[in-house]
Amino acid sequence: MSSARTEILARVRAHRPASAPPVPRDYLPDVPGIDVVEVLVDRLADYRAGVHRASAATLPGVLAGLVATSSTVVAPPGLPAEWLAEVAGPVLRDFPGAPISVADLDRPGVTVVTGAAVAIAVTGTLILDAAPDQGRRVLSLVPDHHVCVIWTDQISGGVPAALARLADPSRPITLISGPSATSDIELNRVEGVHGPRRLDVVVAARS
Amino acid sequence: MNGTGNIVALRPFPDAARLELNDQQLRTNLRRATHTIRDKRLRVVGEVDDWEALRRAGAAIKDDVLARLPELLERFEESATRAGAVVHWARDAAEACEIVTRLVTGTAAREVVKVKSMATQEIGLNEALEAAGIEATETDLAELIVQLADDTPSHILVPAIHYNRSQIRDIFRSRMPGVTDGLTDDPPALAEAARRHLRAKFLSATVGISGANFAIAETGTLVVVESEGNGRMCLTLPETLISVVGIEKILPTFSELEVFLQLLPRSSTGERMNPYTSMWTGVTPGDGPRTTHIVLVDNGRTATLADEIGRQALRCIRCSACLNVCPVYERVGGHAYGSVYPGPIGAILSPQLTSSGANSTLPYASSLCGACFDACPVRINIPEVLVHLRQKGVDAKRGKPSAERAAFVSLSWIMRDRRRYAAALRAARRGSAPLRGRGRLRRLPWPASAWTDSRDVPLPPKQTFREWWAKR
Repeated sequence: MSSARTEILARVRAHRPASAPPVPRDYLPDVPGIDVVEVLVDRLADYRAGVHRASAATLPGVLAGLVATSSTVVAPPGLPAEWLAEVAGPVLRDFPGAPISVADLDRPGVTVVTGAAVAIAVTGTLILDAAPDQGRRVLSLVPDHHVCVIWTDQISGGVPAALARLADPSRPITLISGPSATSDIELNRVEGVHGPRRLDVVVAARS
Repeated sequence: MNGTGNIVALRPFPDAARLELNDQQLRTNLRRATHTIRDKRLRVVGEVDDWEALRRAGAAIKDDVLARLPELLERFEESATRAGAVVHWARDAAEACEIVTRLVTGTAAREVVKVKSMATQEIGLNEALEAAGIEATETDLAELIVQLADDTPSHILVPAIHYNRSQIRDIFRSRMPGVTDGLTDDPPALAEAARRHLRAKFLSATVGISGANFAIAETGTLVVVESEGNGRMCLTLPETLISVVGIEKILPTFSELEVFLQLLPRSSTGERMNPYTSMWTGVTPGDGPRTTHIVLVDNGRTATLADEIGRQALRCIRCSACLNVCPVYERVGGHAYGSVYPGPIGAILSPQLTSSGANSTLPYASSLCGACFDACPVRINIPEVLVHLRQKGVDAKRGKPSAERAAFVSLSWIMRDRRRYAAALRAARRGSAPLRGRGRLRRLPWPASAWTDSRDVPLPPKQTFREWWAKR
């Protein structure tokens, strides 16, 4: 008996369509004519995420305010140290050689602060691609509170333009649109299921 | 080779539907839920200026994938393997279950956590794992509700759509460990109970099992679209991850996601984007599982590919928009379809995957109103395929004796001749004269009772148009 692989591929070869017409690509490569910052802020608020504005100068103060009530602040390996310069409590840094345990991430009152790779304005989506300022996927998943910093020049209007900006699709990639939510009970949206109960987004201008 | 598993209906649709139609609570729950979601969907689809262009692109990309499937599958296997995944191939449900069970048994685990997945539902994986002494926990809230209730899913996207909040509370109270009688039917309270129940399982599980919404040939990447974060938990915390993927889930390149990540969330939950989408490629040291397996499943897909009209069903991205707009689904619910794929898409997918048995009644589970085609984000012409499958069913039975055919043979003899036809009409009127005044006939004797069980028959008029005309 031939292997399943050989058999399936032979059947696909025998049954496939002779050819397919070309793919029409006349959809929009981006969403034109919108203020990407304002639309992103609007969409994030619609998902009931907390939205905050900052500049490079005010970012440390804004972040310190957001984590003020946290028991522990967790940071990925490459998060710029100056972002957390005004944080009063302890900051736990996740390093590849010495990763923070899942049990520690799961403790009450843990806040994680990360950057992001790209954001999509019209869908209110943050894209994390495990770069050093974002770290492992569990960092933005297990803690109760996620604070994500997005620079205004990282925001694209629509989905195609945003995906095209990702450096390497083979990295672990997570798209986050608002806090964890379910619609399984009578299709009512309920926030805060298994991911962080609280998502705060700091939209920061470089200058 | 035909597909097997939970896609084979045990009884014909009309029989199953008749039972479900008696459940008034079910109809109330379904009506509320499907109308809520279709209104949301219309609103967010209306926001997208290029929706029709995206639909056409989505359909064409999927058709292109079907035409190049052998090469793309090989490319995917090569890319995923290079990235550190182990790729397996399964001809049918039994073979897929056997592979997954062997992989789980190969670890020390006796418990696995599962991301909601149609492919694992289709192959009956939970039942197979249970038979091997492995406990599989569904972690999607709706799947968990169905699992706790010892029920089966009734919707592709919202498997517990047939329950309302007080029914869900009752299920949690009686079946979920640690839940007290104080639990209310407030949705946030119910979601919180599920969070507590599953948290310990996520943090201790060593094996996770998922499906995939998309598999990228170019990079070997798998994509899972979800909402609650249970998916992310299962995809990142365990040491071993096993993903069961239908061979039609392939996309050529990463950039094709730009089309489907616009079409899928808006069509399915009526949101601009689902809360979480995870993408992973093989193994990433220090981030996520150390071992990843991918099981590529045929289970009737190649048989479906062989039908020139029916193969468009393989474009399906499991959004379930067609269910939510279907007048038949809204009244009978998902269980009547007998397969894990209910509704309009199930009516064309299940019979093609399995090709025989009780599923042959599914192409008749439709009013052919066309709402499903309008809602489909990849333009599957479901009514066209329904009619095509009905035609195939009739052709297959041609030449075999049946009461219906005998009746139509006599009828055609009568209608071929004007005098015979007029005489028959007179006879019908005379025969029905004693019943005059009752308007419509509710019940006819067998075999016509098969018709009148669910429909009334109008009585013939007192005189025909020709008779009326002759008297003028």
